[in-house]
Amino acid sequence: MNYNDRLSGNEAIAFAMKQIDPDVMAAFPITPSTEIPQYFAQYVANGEVNTEFVPVESEHSSMSACIGAQAAGARSVTATSSCGLALMYEMMYVASSSRLPITLACVNRALSGPININNDHSDSMGIRDAGWIQIYAENNQEAYDNFLQAMPIGEHPEVRLPVMVCQDGFITSHALENITLLDEQSVKDFVGEYTPENYLLKKENPLAIGPYDLGCHYMEHKVQQAEAMKGAKKRILEVAEQFEALTGRKYGLFEEYRMEDAELALVLIGSSAGTAKMAVDLLREKGIQAGLVKIRVFRPFPAEELAQALQHVKALAIMDKAESFSAQGGPLFAEVRAALYDLEHRPRTVGYVYGLGGRDITPEHFMGVYDRLAEIAAGGDLGPTYTHLGQRG
Amino acid sequence: MKKDGLIEFRWHGRGGQGAKTACLLLADAAFHAGRYVQGFPEYGPERMGAPITAYNRISTARCSVHCNIEQPDYVVVVDETLLDTVDVTHGLKDHGAVIVNTSKTPAEIRQKLPGWQGRVCTIDARRISEETLGKNFPNTPMLSAAVKVSGVLEEQQFKSDMEESFQHKFATKPQVVAGNMAALVKAWEEVQAG
Repeated sequence: MNYNDRLSGNEAIAFAMKQIDPDVMAAFPITPSTEIPQYFAQYVANGEVNTEFVPVESEHSSMSACIGAQAAGARSVTATSSCGLALMYEMMYVASSSRLPITLACVNRALSGPININNDHSDSMGIRDAGWIQIYAENNQEAYDNFLQAMPIGEHPEVRLPVMVCQDGFITSHALENITLLDEQSVKDFVGEYTPENYLLKKENPLAIGPYDLGCHYMEHKVQQAEAMKGAKKRILEVAEQFEALTGRKYGLFEEYRMEDAELALVLIGSSAGTAKMAVDLLREKGIQAGLVKIRVFRPFPAEELAQALQHVKALAIMDKAESFSAQGGPLFAEVRAALYDLEHRPRTVGYVYGLGGRDITPEHFMGVYDRLAEIAAGGDLGPTYTHLGQRG
Repeated sequence: MKKDGLIEFRWHGRGGQGAKTACLLLADAAFHAGRYVQGFPEYGPERMGAPITAYNRISTARCSVHCNIEQPDYVVVVDETLLDTVDVTHGLKDHGAVIVNTSKTPAEIRQKLPGWQGRVCTIDARRISEETLGKNFPNTPMLSAAVKVSGVLEEQQFKSDMEESFQHKFATKPQVVAGNMAALVKAWEEVQAG
């Protein structure tokens, strides 16, 4: 039931969509996610899926079409990047607060300007507070696996939240790599049918969606939404367990790489974690206790779990692929540091912003970060807590 | 900085010429031979004719590194006019080789590569392509030359895998299969090393 193939990250997502055969796909093309609707449109044209493909005139409309479809009781998907995601901004909030479990494939790309087509996380990080579950992938395999897990997570009655499945533009979206796929029936059995309890077109008990909410109810709805996000962690782990039983591939809220006795560690997201693993391996060969934590689920944020995993670390670098202009580091830095605050013995932490607009990051860069962490762990000066990595001048 | 058993390629071409396609074909061929592969492009400006770079990692274990390749084992140049503007041998390992699509000899091409002491290989992919496919599609001959020079794949298996791959890819135009196979065999024979 598992078989080996080679696909790019975009092909992997389009193939996952084909195997799922959702009711509706609405999309507008934007680099580097364009290939996803392009490949999927071929499946539609070939009659390989039963999906209603809605070509729209903008991303505001693609998200609106997904919202309409999902509210009517249909399972809907879309894909986008960068400015496309930004154009959905308003409707992203409508989707999550209407508790519509839409699935969005986000192929991360820098958000203008200057205009840039390459990877960083400024697009999805900019929309982190919109109430969507966010799951990030290191490579094509994880992009495929995360997409298959998205619907069983988001559609569960105790969650009912939309899910973004993110991968790094070009770095994984356009990289052909080995991948292990599931056969179509196994995918369909795993993902199941979308059977919402109530929906717009349920004729026995039609549901109103998106009416005006007065002050006397608005806050209650927001608390419910917040509780659903908190509760989603449990469901994410349940689905991961079922997925592991099916595929042998293990997922959690984050991946701990050689963290068992690590004194020096990184926290980061996406494909660069794979590059950093090589630096960890080289340091381990020299007897240096290095490790890293790769965030898979950013929303809901696994704060307690991270504090647990990082409590024995002496020096920690938290690395953001987004410059959020807070003047004190990126969003991952802020949230990980907040998660560590209640620990009795906290690691000493520094923040890096790296890889903006496709700036390459190599194992050598990570070796430099670990060198600095070793000095900090030995009692050296912390230095500036927030710096950029890999820029000139 | 890399692990044992890993061979890295860097491709230089111009947008629209098929350097990316050739890179993906090499990944495909290596996948068929049971290897772990990466094939990925690095895009600059999105326009026809702009220089583009593409990369391959081919190994016996999955490679988690996802950065560009700064110190390749082999460099393949699909458009020889790039030799005037791009430092194609930058970072190329001494034991490696540069493979250039040209009608010139390795000695002539070496003149354009000051500082490079290693192997220079040439292949007239344009002529081979025009003779076998009737048009300038340099991908297949460049792939064949890259595989032969690097020794990354075993000859017989490479050729039979490629035939199967062409049959699959050109299922609706079988006449193209023979032309591509002829281009592959001819390039394998004609690539020159100096």
